[in-house]
Amino acid sequence: MIFATFSKKELPRLFDLLAPNTVVGPVQKGLDRAGRPLYDFDVIYRFQDLRLDYPTTIHSAKRHFLPHRESLCTFTLQGNDWEKQVDYNVYKPVVFFGLHACDINALNKLDKVLSSPPYPNPYYTAKRRNMFIIGQGCQPQPQCFCRSMGTDTALHGFDLFLTDLGDRYFAEILSATAYQFLQKIITRPPTAKDHDRYKEVVTERNQQFQTTVDTTDLTKLLDLEFESAAWQQWGDKCLSCGTCANVCPTCYCYGVEETVDLDLRGAAKTKYLYSCNLIDFAEVAGGHNFRPQTATRLKYRYYHKHRGFVEAYEESLCVGCGRCGEACLAGITVPDVLASVRALGG
Amino acid sequence: MAPQLPFINLLAQPGGRRRQDLGSFEYSYQAEITNVYPLTKAEKLYQLQLIDPEERRRFSFLPGQFVMLELPGIGEAPFSISSSPLHHGDLELCIRDVGNLTHFLSRMQRGARVGISGPFGTHFPVENMVGQDVLLIGGGLGIVPLRAPLFAVLENRSRYGRLDVMYGAKSPADLLFTYQYDSWRQFDVNLAITVDRPNRGWRGATGLITELLKERIAKADFQPATSFAIVCGPPVMFRFVCALLTEAGLPMQKMFVSLERRMHCGRGKCCRCNIGATYICLDGPVFDYWTVMNLKEAI
Repeated sequence: MIFATFSKKELPRLFDLLAPNTVVGPVQKGLDRAGRPLYDFDVIYRFQDLRLDYPTTIHSAKRHFLPHRESLCTFTLQGNDWEKQVDYNVYKPVVFFGLHACDINALNKLDKVLSSPPYPNPYYTAKRRNMFIIGQGCQPQPQCFCRSMGTDTALHGFDLFLTDLGDRYFAEILSATAYQFLQKIITRPPTAKDHDRYKEVVTERNQQFQTTVDTTDLTKLLDLEFESAAWQQWGDKCLSCGTCANVCPTCYCYGVEETVDLDLRGAAKTKYLYSCNLIDFAEVAGGHNFRPQTATRLKYRYYHKHRGFVEAYEESLCVGCGRCGEACLAGITVPDVLASVRALGG
Repeated sequence: MAPQLPFINLLAQPGGRRRQDLGSFEYSYQAEITNVYPLTKAEKLYQLQLIDPEERRRFSFLPGQFVMLELPGIGEAPFSISSSPLHHGDLELCIRDVGNLTHFLSRMQRGARVGISGPFGTHFPVENMVGQDVLLIGGGLGIVPLRAPLFAVLENRSRYGRLDVMYGAKSPADLLFTYQYDSWRQFDVNLAITVDRPNRGWRGATGLITELLKERIAKADFQPATSFAIVCGPPVMFRFVCALLTEAGLPMQKMFVSLERRMHCGRGKCCRCNIGATYICLDGPVFDYWTVMNLKEAI
């Protein structure tokens, strides 16, 4: 990897260089009831709106590459005949400014499912290929357990990654495009002092994690404790609202619906994100539901994230961002659920 | 360097119709409903033909695979192919009028055009069953996907040993494909049928399909070591039938079942049919019984 350092004063210049493109980054979106600022990823036009000091966002950046509703195709209908028009809904590159390591790792995990053979999803892949990602080091929040999930650092999947060294940024450069943009601002190769400072900053940050999840033999444990009473206990609390999937950076399940225009000359096929916690997720024609109980659906979500995905890709689908636990109306968090399954046993 | 980042247009890149092509994701073949046969009150057999002759010739599937049937503006759903693999793009789908899409379909007439994508999923390995006895066991609509392997065996009848078809339905009025029973029997198929609720004219067996199976197993010529079984039907039937077969000595990896799940894509992306890491659309719908036993909540 190629490294560089540059003064903090240069960052607005880098932003301005990228500004002719659509830039998505963290912005403040009002305050919560306790008066604390809320953040979200949105399109940014001015550098001042960019809040790189954001602790975390309510939603992940998902809606910019896996929108909640997305048109898959449209039809022109004429009598018995019809024609299909496909559009991947991507017309321009998008710059993501200031993603944390967890969100970059979430993209890497999504790539494994969505862009992989035998049937790569072109709607996602087209957007992913047109992304320019500037990552940024974060301050661990109380709910963050990314370190336990091995996603606290991003090794690939971005163009440029910045670490705050006080008065300057330490940049990891991963793409030629990023390198060429950096040529246009004042940078210098890092010195031994920069390296030391970088290591110091990273060590200091790594000591700030408050939440951990014991992932030792987690896949085996989940297999063993399939009938554990813990699932029923959490199932009794769960409201089956699907909020966790809504804020999750890696939840990608969807449903498809088709609608006909009022003049009967056109039709549209729309994909909408779904959640495995919603009651009719696994209901089939004729009304049989493969997971009718809240507890089995909640269990399924954990099995998919922490066991099934590991079986398929040797890593968990959960990035440990803690957003689902923060958003959950019933206060169900991943560390609590996994700890209780481990503690309670069968 | 230009201030604008380069735009990569995947749509502009040429693509064929291979599975790995991004263009194949939302591609559907146009097919025409060439004939509709009402089989029972709720089920109809739809004969479809891919319109493009080249696509029709090249469309090939294996018994047990399914297609996504799309009615533009109404929806898309998975259906097992019920016709012979030799007929390529001349497909038969047997569909029960049960939901929104199937109800709309039941009112469609010949000449209407639908979309077909696929074929998807795994298949019944009839190629491995050569030289062995084959048991096809279907309950209710389960006979529909069984027709594909049945035809595949019938078309190469000399290569297989004894062929048994056991079929259970609710009542005589619910029996599917009654017009074909005689022709199957003529091609050396041992067809046994049972119904739960017989009517006055019914002279065949009554009771559960497991009774037919027990009778078959009790016969001297039942040889589990050289037999394969394919089981299709409601999940509860799998459990009892597969338990009986296991008890009779049929190895678990020589028993195949076809699972049903909700699907919105058929391509391993929508996650609706997922069980842990297993996608019914990619890794299934056909599984051997051993794999199914290892899947939590599968049946």
